[in-house]
Amino acid sequence: MELVCPAGSLPALKTAVDNGANAVYFGFRDSTNARQFAGLNFNDKRAAEGIEYAHLRGARVFCAINTYPQPDGWEQWKGAVDRAASLGVDAIILADMGLLDYAANKYPDIPRHLSVQGSATSHEALSFYKDNFDIRRAVLPRVLSLDQVRGVAKHSPVELEVFAFGSLCIMAEGRCYLSSYLTDESPNTRGACSPAKAVRWQETPQGLESRLNNVLIDRYGQGESAGYPTLCKGRFEVEGSVYHAIEEPVSLNTLDLLPELQKLGISAVKIEGRQRSPAYIADVARTWRHALDNLESRPEAFTVEPQWRSTLAGLSEGGLTTLGAYHRKWK
Amino acid sequence: MMKLSLGPILWFWSKQTVFDFYANAAEWPVDTIYLGEAVCSRRRELKPDDWFDLARDLKACGKDVVLSTQTLIESEADLRRLRRICDQDEFVVEANDQSALQVAIRNNLPFITGPSMNVYNVATIKVLAKQGLKGWNLPVELGKETLAQMIQGLNEEDLDVPAEVFAWGFLPLAWSSRCFTARHYNLPKDNCEFRCIEHPAGMELRSRESQELFRINGVSTLSGSRYDLMRELPDMERMGVSTVRLSPEYQGLEEVVKRFDQVRRGGTPTTDPLQLVEVPPCNGYWYGKPGMDLVG
Repeated sequence: MELVCPAGSLPALKTAVDNGANAVYFGFRDSTNARQFAGLNFNDKRAAEGIEYAHLRGARVFCAINTYPQPDGWEQWKGAVDRAASLGVDAIILADMGLLDYAANKYPDIPRHLSVQGSATSHEALSFYKDNFDIRRAVLPRVLSLDQVRGVAKHSPVELEVFAFGSLCIMAEGRCYLSSYLTDESPNTRGACSPAKAVRWQETPQGLESRLNNVLIDRYGQGESAGYPTLCKGRFEVEGSVYHAIEEPVSLNTLDLLPELQKLGISAVKIEGRQRSPAYIADVARTWRHALDNLESRPEAFTVEPQWRSTLAGLSEGGLTTLGAYHRKWK
Repeated sequence: MMKLSLGPILWFWSKQTVFDFYANAAEWPVDTIYLGEAVCSRRRELKPDDWFDLARDLKACGKDVVLSTQTLIESEADLRRLRRICDQDEFVVEANDQSALQVAIRNNLPFITGPSMNVYNVATIKVLAKQGLKGWNLPVELGKETLAQMIQGLNEEDLDVPAEVFAWGFLPLAWSSRCFTARHYNLPKDNCEFRCIEHPAGMELRSRESQELFRINGVSTLSGSRYDLMRELPDMERMGVSTVRLSPEYQGLEEVVKRFDQVRRGGTPTTDPLQLVEVPPCNGYWYGKPGMDLVG
């Protein structure tokens, strides 16, 4: 299985490659990718440097152009595909059908991967993308249980990549408009969820409050650790009870599932987090490299080493990890 | 004149409630009715044959009937239900997932893309128009500027694919494999006791300052305010929107339909539908603002 790591910057890209990534993925410095953060991502010069660095060390580079262009953005998004092509990336990660069509016709020889933003959760959906745009690989949304992944993998016409570690989206990606409902930006339109520009922190007599476009997302009592106000991870009131009504702030960690994922024929595991620091990427990539190497050399004897677990827990939201939807009871 | 449609019922209602609702709707001035379970595979008050019977009855009453498909497809059982819906040639289907596109195209069945299908540009419509696309819904988070550009682009390409706009009701904003209603009751999804049937208008999710943010409805999350584009109907007419969608609610929809009908005929409604039920209205998406905003 291939280890696919995030690269939000050139240092992060190099770190990922140095620590065992088989492939890295990056986006351009605009809304054409789903991790639009100030100061993050690549211009063409940096991207060329990163690609050369990776290729010299035997790693592949994928370019994510996985948001949805509207008519007034069409030329810009199409231009992003052209730029990726001329940079010589190893694959383009796309979600929009119009853009997939463009890439398939104009650059048939550059492999197309379906982004998680393409919301493909069944082999019929994968066949749709395969038949229409000849995708080589698809990234599965983080909403399927392991049994369901098994069902998809059994009939999949394309390679599959699954999320292994990082922030947990609990909604079917590509079909979540919660962020644009509270702010004016969503992953689909702007590559942003709960955008930083809308975040406000405030000390109050009741505690530290986090707000998104003035909406109270959470309030922390003394001794509680505060996290970024991703709107689905706040505490809200439903019929008189206040709780994490949608999801707790935890990270996805699927180390335990590695042998099973390999048996299912999954081609790649993906690390989330282009917004993370190079130091974070180094720890995560190194840990997963060890795990994958152990799996490779002794598949029957694979166990998760306590050291890996504690390293990853230390890098997780709230210090907690979950198997998420892979574990059916989570639902 | 623009058409009025009733979207699929997004809530879980008893079989009798559903039958009563459509018995009434047959008499309302709506042109198109979308039928079927678009949210949760566990909701089976109506069996596929019940839906087909209902579809034929409503067709006999002069309504255009479209069969809606499930939005988040997770299992082989979901695919079997989907194939069943697409294994007929009497009705157009509303494809709410790429799985439905694939099956409809394979069966040469005409389809309309629902509001959860990511149709954000003309190039996407061009791909689908070659394969049986008969209409498309504007994704709920998009507004009038994008819509106008889309319609203009379609005209330039000489593509006659009618546009539909979700114009009244709680906006379907997200789908998960997790059931938030079951989570509220501390029940596993696989043994959810079908609690959402007790909440025919969903469950209100508020901030700790009592601001209505969302409505929990099984595996789906809807807007906490009610989208209302009644005053924007003249805009839509000018733009060339073909169909205006109203989303079924448990109470008061007949009155809403009546007023939308008056407005599409150029009239002024006697009372404001915003006052019908005590839910804050919103229209932000239409104006390129946060969806929850109310402009004007």
